[in-house]
Amino acid sequence: MSEHHHDHDRTFQPDHPEPTTEAARIGLALRELLIEAGHYTVDEEREVISAMQGATPENGASIVARAWVDADYKVRLLNNGIDAIRELGFDLQPYEFTVMENTEDVHNVIVCTLCSCYPRALLGISPAWYKSGSYRARVVREPRSVLREFGVNLGDDVEIRVHDSTAELRYMVLPQRPAGTADWSEDELASLVTRDALIGTQRELDVARKVP
Amino acid sequence: MSEARFSVGQRVRIDDRMPPVHHRVPSYVKGKTGVIERVCGLHGEPEKFIRGDGEPRQRIYRVRIPQAQLWTDYEGTEWDKLEIEIFEHWLELAE
Repeated sequence: MSEHHHDHDRTFQPDHPEPTTEAARIGLALRELLIEAGHYTVDEEREVISAMQGATPENGASIVARAWVDADYKVRLLNNGIDAIRELGFDLQPYEFTVMENTEDVHNVIVCTLCSCYPRALLGISPAWYKSGSYRARVVREPRSVLREFGVNLGDDVEIRVHDSTAELRYMVLPQRPAGTADWSEDELASLVTRDALIGTQRELDVARKVP
Repeated sequence: MSEARFSVGQRVRIDDRMPPVHHRVPSYVKGKTGVIERVCGLHGEPEKFIRGDGEPRQRIYRVRIPQAQLWTDYEGTEWDKLEIEIFEHWLELAE
């Protein structure tokens, strides 16, 4: 394709590579047309991207830590995630927020086989592998093998629940609280919780990660 | 439309059809049978967003399907599960 000569605002991030595939060019053209037709502005787009980049897995970690120290909060979180995270100042509207609890007998793992749905407004941008065709196709088909590649070796006594996030629900795993943390503060507990544990590609949390 | 047609524990079959528009039901669960795990809220119908605003909204259910019923040579245990969100107009009671 020849160089792009009209004067649309080119606001994709400067470190973004020039589109090389037809689909990427169509996507970029559509975006420019939407802005040109006044459906949204470049500033609004920038604000949404900044908000997403401002969100991090630490938000999820603080929710997990609260659920670990407050049994009533945990019940509210598992029953109605969107209301429970609002108590802590987070929101994910217009989606429903579904938190799945790991136990001795159950391990949860999240995927979106259709695209790459992820609670971005809460946890930030998803990892590249979460969006890969390989993870999306394989984790529903052979979850035990995929988890093994992530270092999670599940015995046959543990039930796997794969959650395919295909529509309007967004998911987070509530990992198990590690042993020996009974007297830890909420902040110390939160420092153990990783992004992968919130997706379910990590099961055991490492108490050596503790940040005092 | 706000009354839920299905309730937790009921066995449902996911329809096997291919509308010529964007929809949110992956092929690997089409025609499969599962159990309602949770009744969720009302959301815009994906097929209707192509021309319009997704109205009338449809109820979403979480459907639980044993992995062994999805894949004939499944590697894991018989109690492994898949749970997936399905819109009401894709479900029918399974006998």
